[in-house]
Amino acid sequence: MAAALKTEGLVMRYGSLLVTDSVSLEIRPGELHAIIGPNGAGKTTLINQLSGELRPVEGRVHFDGRDVTAHSIDRRARAGLLRSYQITSIFEEFTVLENATLAALAVARSPWNFKDFWHPLLGDAAACAAAEVAIGLAGLTTDTDALAGELAYGQRRQLELAMALAAKPSLLLLDEPMAGMSAQESLAVTALLKQLKGRYTIVLVEHDMDAVFSLADRITVLVYGRVMFTGTPEEIRNHPEVRAVYLGEEAV
Amino acid sequence: MSISKLMRPATLVPLILFAGLLAVPILAQAAGELFWISFFTRILIYAIAASALNLALGFGGLVSFGHALFLGLGSYAVALPAAHGIDSGWLHLLLSLGVCSVVALAVGAISLRTSGMSFIMITLAFAQMGYFLLVSLKQYGGDDGLAIATTSRFAAGVDLGGSLTLYGSAWLLLALLTGWIAKLRQSPFGMALRGARQNARRVQAIGLAPRRVQLAAFVLSGAICGLAGMLLANMNAYASPSTLAWTVSGDLIVMVVLGGMGTVFGPLLGALAFLGVEEWLKSYTEHWMIIFGPLIVLMALLGRGGLIGLLQRLDQPLAAKAAPAPPDAVVVQKGHV
Amino acid sequence: MSATLLLVQLLNGLQYGVLLFLLAAGLTLVFGIMSFVNLAHGSLYMLGAYAGALAYGATDSFALALLAAAGSALLIGMLLELTIVSRLYRRDHLDHVLATFGLVMFFNELVRMVWGPQPLFVQVPQVLDGTVNLLGFNYPAYRFAIIAVGLAVAVGSHLLIHKTRLGMLIRAGAQYPQLVSALGVNIGLLNAVLFGLGSMLAGLAGAMAGPVLSVQSGMGEPVLITTLVVIVIGGIGSVKGALYAAMIVGVVDTSGRVFLPLLLRQITERSIADAAGPALASMSVYLLMALVLALRPQGLFPARRG
Repeated sequence: MAAALKTEGLVMRYGSLLVTDSVSLEIRPGELHAIIGPNGAGKTTLINQLSGELRPVEGRVHFDGRDVTAHSIDRRARAGLLRSYQITSIFEEFTVLENATLAALAVARSPWNFKDFWHPLLGDAAACAAAEVAIGLAGLTTDTDALAGELAYGQRRQLELAMALAAKPSLLLLDEPMAGMSAQESLAVTALLKQLKGRYTIVLVEHDMDAVFSLADRITVLVYGRVMFTGTPEEIRNHPEVRAVYLGEEAV
Repeated sequence: MSISKLMRPATLVPLILFAGLLAVPILAQAAGELFWISFFTRILIYAIAASALNLALGFGGLVSFGHALFLGLGSYAVALPAAHGIDSGWLHLLLSLGVCSVVALAVGAISLRTSGMSFIMITLAFAQMGYFLLVSLKQYGGDDGLAIATTSRFAAGVDLGGSLTLYGSAWLLLALLTGWIAKLRQSPFGMALRGARQNARRVQAIGLAPRRVQLAAFVLSGAICGLAGMLLANMNAYASPSTLAWTVSGDLIVMVVLGGMGTVFGPLLGALAFLGVEEWLKSYTEHWMIIFGPLIVLMALLGRGGLIGLLQRLDQPLAAKAAPAPPDAVVVQKGHV
Repeated sequence: MSATLLLVQLLNGLQYGVLLFLLAAGLTLVFGIMSFVNLAHGSLYMLGAYAGALAYGATDSFALALLAAAGSALLIGMLLELTIVSRLYRRDHLDHVLATFGLVMFFNELVRMVWGPQPLFVQVPQVLDGTVNLLGFNYPAYRFAIIAVGLAVAVGSHLLIHKTRLGMLIRAGAQYPQLVSALGVNIGLLNAVLFGLGSMLAGLAGAMAGPVLSVQSGMGEPVLITTLVVIVIGGIGSVKGALYAAMIVGVVDTSGRVFLPLLLRQITERSIADAAGPALASMSVYLLMALVLALRPQGLFPARRG
């Protein structure tokens, strides 16, 4: 179920500014691959090219053996490439269950049939069940009838993760899932991601080094849009250049 | 729907109004005041048109300033065949639905390539285009419009030219439409559409193309509005380019917002209130628009939720929390992806 | 089809285009900078036409009439901005549409109440009542004057936008509105001035149009809708785009009405041509808009880049 992701020579420019400099990555199925780098290294831009928000100027993105470079966000999502956003993006006016059920159903349904214009969304037993499983998996314990817009910050992030999980992903792109969280909340998310490891391929962009080092199978260090080094946590920890450029600035 | 939900003002009042509307023809005939039948027929027809717009605007967040186009096309779908002696109601119906669907598909596909502000202007421009096209058809009345010799006839002697038949048909259509929209609102398509208004990017992220959902809603909306146009033509026994005037599009938007955007019963309340206030003001002065205009400005300044929102606030216990935001009335998306 | 006919229609198209530009220049900036959908812009055009007609009737001086029109439009525009429009900037476009729709209704009825529904007749000023001799043929002097004034305004607006500090703020605001207010500029005043200037140009256009088109209630809206088409084609927020698009739309519309029926008669039989000709001609501008949108949704000369 877990799929592979590969990029070949991705290049992205904003005018004359080179933001992604010939990035070639290989994400193995089932691994948890973290991408770290100083602020401004171009991590979010890279993620945007993986999920489809941005089209690279040069280079290709391969997902599950297929070239998805020209594919839209929704097409990649239907293929199993799901993403969570740095700034939480959910349906504020819908309930928790409605959010997750819509995610579960949307990815399954194409094309639409007449039922979809009449029967209630929440009447679809299969979609609801998948939604509830995903909500549980994401560790969200609120009343599923609660309005998404009224949830606390951490719960909203969990809901977003639940939506990604409900959509039957084979690869999860997580853009700073622990941003803005307390130490305790971060630990909870780390534990959660540990559970998801292996089941899905996970690409994790994060600043929280504790989490990164305890979770990642491999880590890629991005500096000025270039891949500086890819290796296991041990190799990263001991790599002199990496230490100088990045880890030296952060308290590990 | 549970009994408790039924008893809430926001649901109960509209249902009572629906029932009341059914009694209008009986009461009007008894009182010998037949004017009321045509007055309320007009309200029913505009409620249908407003419901259609509500699909695109209230649910989908698409500010279409050109829905009068579909109202007009629907009425000409009756007038043009009638001018050639074709009075089959089924043909009128088919033509109305068909033409409006195709036009809505074209207009929607082009307009949805742009963002919020441009979308408004472009839909306005397309309606204007339709207006000029019809005005230029001199052989079909042009500026003066086209009288309808034979109104829509269906089987078993059902003729929409008859005022009671028309009233009943309009009421029935509105009732069925309202019932369907209530279901649609909670259906996968309806939820996806409402989701696209709230957060288009999130819709993409779960594997749907928001533009496609919105286009489908726009086509549905246009087709249903065409039905209202068909009824309008039968009511007036006349089709006129003035139906496509931009002010008509504006009136429809006011009705949707006044009633309560994105709600099920909003369009009915909006049409009732709009045409009711208009009629009331007309009885005082021929210059009623000088009062009506500022009223609309006031409505815009005071914020939305509309009449349904008002009824919903009546439902809240007085002591408890502050009035909650009425559903779907919070954000009209400025741009879609 | 003679060269004279072609040239006359071209000039007529330019004249119409100039009027459209006067309306579009201010409006596109209001759209681009304040992100405000001002459907009441046509009302300012109408009010300017009436003010001009009144002043001309009272003073017999067309120059004064133009001044009165511009001045009153400026004042009314700024008043509207300060009382109603500025409250709506934070709201979304639907609220703008509703509020300005109500204003249009109000102004149209006001004008009808005071001056009645019949059009007002405005005489072409005597000094411009003849023709000018251009390239061997005669062209109405007044229409030529409109073109001249319009081009002067275009040059003036170019100088304003590219050579003055106000212009710099306008250009910055068209590209990055939030940034301008973050720089500490009194955005409230800038907005009011911008709105007022746009209204002033609209009023001026209305007064100039008086002798050529009819001055009556509701005259603003058809022109406004064509102006919206101009803005969409030119690109929101771009005055340069508004100029080019206005000229294109003016020429296409004017010559289309004259030449399309003639052209069709060459291609198909007379009955079809006579039926389809006027229809296509009236739709030509919108078809152009649809084409531009299909190929380049952001307009021909968009203000924002990247």
